[in-house]
Amino acid sequence: MLKKKKCVAMLLAGGQGSRLYALTSNIAKPAVSFGAKYRIIDFPLSNCINSGIDTVGVLTQYQPLVLNEYVGNGQPWDLDRTFGGVHILSPYEAKKDTSWYKGTANAIYQNIRFMKMYDPEYVLILSGDHIYKMDYDKMLAAHIEAGADCTIACMKVPMKEASRFGILNTNPDGTIYEFEEKPKEPKSDLASMGIYIFTASKLFKYLELDEQDPNSEKDFGKNVLPAMLNAGEKMYSYRFEGYWKDVGTITSLLEANMDLLGTVPNFELRDNDRVIHSRSPLAPPAYVTGEVSNSMIANGCEVEGSVINSVIGTDCVIEKGAVVKDSVLMGNIVVKAGAKVSYSIIDEEVTVGKNAVVGADKEEASKVEGKTSGITVLGRGITVSDGKKVAAGEIVDKDV
Amino acid sequence: MASTVGVIFTSVNDENASELTKVRSKGSIPYGGRYRLVDFVLSNMVNSGITTVGMLTKNNYQSLMDHLGSGKEWDLARKEGGLILLPPYSDESEILYKNRIEALKGATAFLKKAKEDFVVLADSDAVYKLDYSKVIEEHIAHNADITMVYHEHECGENPAYILMDTEKDGKVKSIDINVKVDGVKKHYINVFVVRTTYLLNVLQTVIARNLTSFSKDIIIPAIKSGKVYGYKLDGYYGNIDSLQAYYKSNMDLLDKSVRQEIFGERDVYTKVNDAPPAKITATAKVTNSLVHDGCLVEGTVENCILFRNVIVGKGTHLKNCIIMSENVIGEDCNLSYVVSDKDSSISSGVTLAGCEQKPYFINKGSRI
Repeated sequence: MLKKKKCVAMLLAGGQGSRLYALTSNIAKPAVSFGAKYRIIDFPLSNCINSGIDTVGVLTQYQPLVLNEYVGNGQPWDLDRTFGGVHILSPYEAKKDTSWYKGTANAIYQNIRFMKMYDPEYVLILSGDHIYKMDYDKMLAAHIEAGADCTIACMKVPMKEASRFGILNTNPDGTIYEFEEKPKEPKSDLASMGIYIFTASKLFKYLELDEQDPNSEKDFGKNVLPAMLNAGEKMYSYRFEGYWKDVGTITSLLEANMDLLGTVPNFELRDNDRVIHSRSPLAPPAYVTGEVSNSMIANGCEVEGSVINSVIGTDCVIEKGAVVKDSVLMGNIVVKAGAKVSYSIIDEEVTVGKNAVVGADKEEASKVEGKTSGITVLGRGITVSDGKKVAAGEIVDKDV
Repeated sequence: MASTVGVIFTSVNDENASELTKVRSKGSIPYGGRYRLVDFVLSNMVNSGITTVGMLTKNNYQSLMDHLGSGKEWDLARKEGGLILLPPYSDESEILYKNRIEALKGATAFLKKAKEDFVVLADSDAVYKLDYSKVIEEHIAHNADITMVYHEHECGENPAYILMDTEKDGKVKSIDINVKVDGVKKHYINVFVVRTTYLLNVLQTVIARNLTSFSKDIIIPAIKSGKVYGYKLDGYYGNIDSLQAYYKSNMDLLDKSVRQEIFGERDVYTKVNDAPPAKITATAKVTNSLVHDGCLVEGTVENCILFRNVIVGKGTHLKNCIIMSENVIGEDCNLSYVVSDKDSSISSGVTLAGCEQKPYFINKGSRI
């Protein structure tokens, strides 16, 4: 057997996700629940296996416990392999010095030996905070056909949002002549999706050069990509059409969940060709009675109250007389009789007591100014006591 | 617990639920929106601490094998023991077994190899929760040869296989075979416990003498020697011995207390499919129903069990139905008391009705 992989994927999963506030107090962003039964990391991992990539390094750093436990041996994604498969790569102690990952490029640099074990021709760099379905194999084919040294996936974004992204300025043939990380005055609306394919030898070369540069911030967008461009390497853009969402903020996380709803949703999970795999829990089917409208209900739920325009995760109990509206309930949540939850994101294992009120109606709440634009956030494991009120836009990570 | 190995019969009395066993053996009949019947006995074994299980198959077992795979979902993909399939013709016998004794003959090599002291033998056509280690504790306490598990209920449509009569201390006085009597009786539920050595000895004797009846040639002689005891299963017991019983036992899950008993505390393990969560749209109304991941409901669903990936079109009304996985039901249909097997599709505008005693059955893969 050939002890070699054509392409190895490296998934940057160490991000703290500070703009998710209470949702990432104890877990890394890629482990945050999404779409009633998934975690964000299910999307890049499923994309890998659906694209024929069976060797994935998951680089963790911040609060990796839940993430490690969740990824496990990779079996839910068919990534338990005798050669290859998924591997958790944490920072480790080395002979010379012990060091945390100091930036995206340094994180990959510290794992050069892992990549070299598979002697890959290409390396795919991914980040663990986006919701999308993509065939990386097509992108790889484009990279090979163009004879590129680096290919960056990109998509059009609204011009007014362009300054939040890394922006690619390209020639008509798709080659990149300039890369600007979060420019104040963007020249184009082509945003980098944080998905790169490198020809492996070039990646290793520029990571080593970057490591020796004392002025570098050890970041792909800020340092490595511009350095390659300056050195005249062949850098191509790869246009992605389709759904892609950065779920790094409370508002975008709520929006992305809502994008799943409806008969013809903005983002379709019912897709036999590109199944999103997950560590599906062992819960029985959901028991549903009472008023449920335009919502998603995962297995294990007991719904006797009202659920409107909401995403309800595994093993939630919505008691009789309770109302959940325009909200995301992540899993293992009890909403007791008479309680009202509106325009909120509730993390796992939360109890909302009898007649408690969490958040305010969407229209009213949207007017509230603040970090979450009126969306109420309840952190993992807390209890809201009977009759208590949590105002619109509040972020709560202790019992109320 | 005492070291114990499990043996499961997956294909006994397939004929009494013939609609459901056309394309599969008893053990792989879909149940409760996501499970196969074998999941219950297998999960009971795993939750009782049993880590080696032999699975006796007969014919029509492709679906069962597909479901069980390596056994990893039950934590039975092991280096030592684990799930071991025992298909027919796997020893020197040249005919397909016709009874339990012949079936067990096919398991002798498996049992001889087993290092465990006790064997739990169980059928896979019933839904219940039982910690077999408790049965073994009593078995040891009674110094019994055989401990038979029973449940108290009335006779159903079919005659009872074995009715037991026991003394106060649980000792079995006598049994009645294939009878139908009124009133609540002690029904043997095809679960018994023996020492491995005892079972191997008895099997050797009856096979040498060409005896074929498990009840007459093994149980009754043992009762005469005074060392057969009964163990009472308390709580829910759903025996799937007919389509009508299948219908009733599924509908029992709409009762919260049954759900809590069967699914609460210990997990029921099963093969996992990655279907997205169920979607209930703005035009839907769902009452008193079980809805599995993967469903898309746009119509009205009342007192139903919907398995994985069932699509219910707009304007359609389902009442008292069991719809197995991958069914597509068009718009403006009206279905009541329908049991639809897997992969079927029903065009828009169809009306179908059965009744509680005789549900309307749709074969797997039908186009209506």
